[in-house]
Amino acid sequence: MTSSADQLPALAQCAHRIRRYALRMGEVQGQGYIGQALGWADVLAVAYGHALNFRPQDPKWEGRDRFLLSHGHYAIAFYAALIEARIIPEEELETYGSDDSRLPMSGMVTYTPGMEISGGSLGQGLPIAVGMALGLRHKQNPAFVYNSMSDGELDEGSTWEAAMSAAHHGLSNLICLVDINNQQADGPSTKVLGFEPLADKWAAFGWHVQRVDGNDLAAVLAAFDRARALTEAKPRVILFDTLMGKGVPFLETRDKNHFIRVDPSEWQQALAVLDQSQPAGAVA
Amino acid sequence: MNTVAAKKPRLTTSAMIASIASEGQRVTAAPFGKALVELAASRPEIVGMTADLGKYTDLHLFAQAYPERYFQMGMAEQLLMGAAGGMAKEGLLPFVTTYAVFGTRRAYDFIHQVIAEENLNVKMCCALPGLTTGYGPSHQATEDMAMMRGIPGLTIIDPCDALDTEQAVPQIAAHQGPVYMRLLRGSVPLVLDEYDYKFELGKAKMLREGNDVLVISSGIMTMRALEVAKLLEQDNIGVAVLHCPTIKPLDEQAIVAAVGHKPRLVVVAENHSVIGGLGESVASTLLRHRVQPAGFQLAGLPDQFLDAGALPTLHDRYGISRDVLAVRIKDWLR
Repeated sequence: MTSSADQLPALAQCAHRIRRYALRMGEVQGQGYIGQALGWADVLAVAYGHALNFRPQDPKWEGRDRFLLSHGHYAIAFYAALIEARIIPEEELETYGSDDSRLPMSGMVTYTPGMEISGGSLGQGLPIAVGMALGLRHKQNPAFVYNSMSDGELDEGSTWEAAMSAAHHGLSNLICLVDINNQQADGPSTKVLGFEPLADKWAAFGWHVQRVDGNDLAAVLAAFDRARALTEAKPRVILFDTLMGKGVPFLETRDKNHFIRVDPSEWQQALAVLDQSQPAGAVA
Repeated sequence: MNTVAAKKPRLTTSAMIASIASEGQRVTAAPFGKALVELAASRPEIVGMTADLGKYTDLHLFAQAYPERYFQMGMAEQLLMGAAGGMAKEGLLPFVTTYAVFGTRRAYDFIHQVIAEENLNVKMCCALPGLTTGYGPSHQATEDMAMMRGIPGLTIIDPCDALDTEQAVPQIAAHQGPVYMRLLRGSVPLVLDEYDYKFELGKAKMLREGNDVLVISSGIMTMRALEVAKLLEQDNIGVAVLHCPTIKPLDEQAIVAAVGHKPRLVVVAENHSVIGGLGESVASTLLRHRVQPAGFQLAGLPDQFLDAGALPTLHDRYGISRDVLAVRIKDWLR
């Protein structure tokens, strides 16, 4: 694993392909949490294109880093990352959300290779991650546990139960990734249940905290590397400020809520717009 | 009922760690804790986890024996169940303890989604089942079985005494999948050693025969039923007792056979609300198998928020003490 900026062009291509796969799945179903997928694609690109140890042919390999999709509705983004990671084949995206597909609308552990948990009941990922991190340490397995979660999950008390516990147990093998897009089901997070000052909160709970622009690949890359390299006996959280719809300007600026409306004719248009800004060599 | 209570001295709510045993009853101390310590000697994957109730669930014995395998999760039941799921995902075998009220009511979605949906190997051993404390509804898990029965694939057991508890521990460990055990802790009555009985996961056992009444029971109500049977012998009333320590999956075959064996009044006795527990399970079983008992009554806790107070008073008040249950059965026989 190298951590230098010379990986950035490849990661930009990776993020671009993740966005494309997600848009194509959205088109299949005519829906999906595409705003979140586009916003979270850069983080997933760095995770699967750089940070995580895994074996595509053996998704349950004991030495793998565990990546928990607590926000199960981000499945469309995560499947795109799994395709990029060659854990599931690209052709399978055509089945997204269909009967008997391995790619259900909300992520489920028993359906999809590479899916570690059934997220979706929000606020469950971090407690599970604490148990897995304790278990890995007990087994002297050096793998990391990543918990990928949304800012809405900060409303759930279980998130903070787990945050206290992770610090109490000094879980340096736990890295929490929070997507701060400031959108929840009923509107902006600040109006639903304000969570700022968020970095201070996590720090007060005993975590090593970084807050970065989640759509700035260089910043995302550096944050992952820093979180992994720390030697402090503390859990690590990276707070990523992201833009829903990132990469497709007409979606970036569309009236935002939890679910971005996309008309049937717009999927192809979104792909075309995305491709106009594609980094060199990114064709999927 | 009041006449029975009136004969007793004024009683007060007992301490949280008080035993449910009657005065002079034979007891075993901490049968769960001891059995787990013994089992864990040959099962290094067993870990203990609790939500600030290690001492009150006899898990402290495990903590003393295997401190490196004991995980204090704090008073945070959602975390407890979620993290236990995480531990099980890493191949460990968590025995998880708290009180039944907190384990079920506070952490239900975590048991449902994290543990049961993936059929994870988590053993939830939750103390103060039903009416085994006088602290009021905050601590009385009178609907825990109703809640847990709704979870697909979850095995539920309700042991009667110390013998049942200690024999259940290795069997639930050997079972692949999640288990909810109603935990009797502290000084636990020892009753079943007088009978030709062994705990077998999934099996109901006929402890004694009788011609007039068939009590189908689980948990501490089996102990009560055996006491009532001895009492009613003096009135020439024959009471059979079918003990069903496994609530789910229910041993329907044994129940159908026992009820169909001869026409008797069937009384289902459980330390649980009459809603959603053993009684309704047995009723459904009999209807589906077209077995008609001579009579059918529920001796469970009423569908109410129960009072606080001394346990003997409350057991009388809600009809699950030996003496009141005996009177009720005699009334039902008339």
